[in-house]
Amino acid sequence: MRLHVLSPGPLATVQDLGRPHLPHLGVPTSGGMDRFALQAANLLVGNGPSAAAMEITGGGALVEIDEVGVLAVTGADFGQTLNGLDIPGWASVLAPAGSTLALGGRSQAWGARAYLAVAGGVDAPMVLGARSTYLPGGFGGIDGRPIRAGDVLPIGRRAPGFDAARLAGSVWPATARPMYRPSAVARVLPGPHLDCLGEAALARLCAEPWRVSLNSNRMGYRLEGGRVPHIRPCSLPSLGVFPGVVQVPPDGAPIVLMADAQTTGGYPIAAVVIQADLPLLAQALPGDTVRFQPCVEDEALDALRVQQAWLAWRPDEGFEGCLSALAGHLGSTELESGQKAPNTA
Amino acid sequence: MYLGLYPSCYCVGWRIVADARPRTRRAAPRLILRPYTRGVGLDKGFEPQFLPVGETGLLVGPLDNAPALSLAERLSERPIPGLVACVPAAASVLIRFDPLVVRRAEVYAWVRSALLRGVGATAAATAPVIIRARFGGADGPDLQDVADRLGLAAGAVITAMCEQPLRVMLIGFTPGYPYIGPLPPALHLPRRDTPRAEVPAGSVAIAAGMAGIYPARLPGGWHVIGRTDAVLFDAGRRPPSLLRAGDWVRFEPA
Repeated sequence: MRLHVLSPGPLATVQDLGRPHLPHLGVPTSGGMDRFALQAANLLVGNGPSAAAMEITGGGALVEIDEVGVLAVTGADFGQTLNGLDIPGWASVLAPAGSTLALGGRSQAWGARAYLAVAGGVDAPMVLGARSTYLPGGFGGIDGRPIRAGDVLPIGRRAPGFDAARLAGSVWPATARPMYRPSAVARVLPGPHLDCLGEAALARLCAEPWRVSLNSNRMGYRLEGGRVPHIRPCSLPSLGVFPGVVQVPPDGAPIVLMADAQTTGGYPIAAVVIQADLPLLAQALPGDTVRFQPCVEDEALDALRVQQAWLAWRPDEGFEGCLSALAGHLGSTELESGQKAPNTA
Repeated sequence: MYLGLYPSCYCVGWRIVADARPRTRRAAPRLILRPYTRGVGLDKGFEPQFLPVGETGLLVGPLDNAPALSLAERLSERPIPGLVACVPAAASVLIRFDPLVVRRAEVYAWVRSALLRGVGATAAATAPVIIRARFGGADGPDLQDVADRLGLAAGAVITAMCEQPLRVMLIGFTPGYPYIGPLPPALHLPRRDTPRAEVPAGSVAIAAGMAGIYPARLPGGWHVIGRTDAVLFDAGRRPPSLLRAGDWVRFEPA
């Protein structure tokens, strides 16, 4: 089974969950910018969460499927149609052989990246443990480059016992997704270098809306519309950084590192976006505004637990199972906070 | 804060002279390390701080580069479940972990125990990786300029580069890019005023007291003094990176 790409739109790449274990060799994490939507798309079509999918930036893609298959489009809503008929996002759809999937433009006031998953996953070669494309390094995905019109993406074997009829029609509940919205609000934890940026830096970062500059990509977003000044000159030796880190160069315009971020950096870190809210930033295009909101570590962990519980869903289970798992997770949080458990060390 | 003094840990290079057990499970431990060998200018010691970087990161520093590399090695000897990555850098170690698998307090305890096992102030020299490079000419367009600015002959710059083994202090910037140093003081120069839009793969460059080798054609702000045919990074090779942080390299004129 294959996907024939008639048009990739402004930028489309093959992405999975990336290479998180190699930063000591300078290899960035890469992978889907919106890891939640990527995993949800995979789960909807019966794939494992780490299968490779097509990350479509800005919509405008046209793809033909040569055999009957199950597909799902999650993330941004680009008004997708299958053979000219509207199909729902965040849902698995049975596509007859020869079907054409079209993605239009943004149909809501938010949305930057859609994920097209097909049962079996995009079978790009494994490079350094992942199928993700890392464009600056020119490896992963389709020869390390963006998907082009005319590309044919092979689809892997489907899991044994795959039942297209049972999978098709599954819908990912809107209540079990990140809080996507225009002018996304991403929660941040204070960074380690507030001594040279000043304690007010965090308040400054969280006070005003920031515009994602045109000079933004999968490596990071440059933010415009304000300044977070250095209160004293600070020259840091290079240190490890990762997606979510908010760096402040001497010009005071913050940079949020995203999926393809370099593994080391020398600018002071004002804040770190919590991992559970990175999908919200991933859905912002240049020109959109984003906001930050301070939070505490427990909140970050709870948000991550909630998302993990949502992602525990499998198409044949229904959502009751994952919601009871969620209740279990949050119960254990209360115990971990040490208030109710008398015997914590 | 309670500063309980523990029996000193006789380790290579540094010993822990003060070790405050965290009062709460969430608080970071406080350690003070001093050099085992005291001497003029040698006993400044350091207090590596445990700085959270988001809910998935822990930055341990400041540390000198040698103890940072040594700590990263100690940590990788006994990895814990939930460990995602460990990135030694110029003066710190970044630890990434999955907070739903391992709690921050457990990560603190793990790093503390690695520090207690001893981190080296100086690196045990291992056989250096030889990097044969052509210096000057089209391969090293900045060599003469560098020599002029340092007040040396071009040949003396090459000699200083090749004289002694140098350490890979960290890998960063781009896959496989080694920050090699520290260079002899005679070779210290700030970066170029105007970065180049493109530097060819294999370029050997210096700036900020360090040398680097460009694994691919990339923009670069360092002074390019030579070029090697060594392949620094190849995603299809095992291991993909020719060098790792902590390796020794020695440049040789080709």
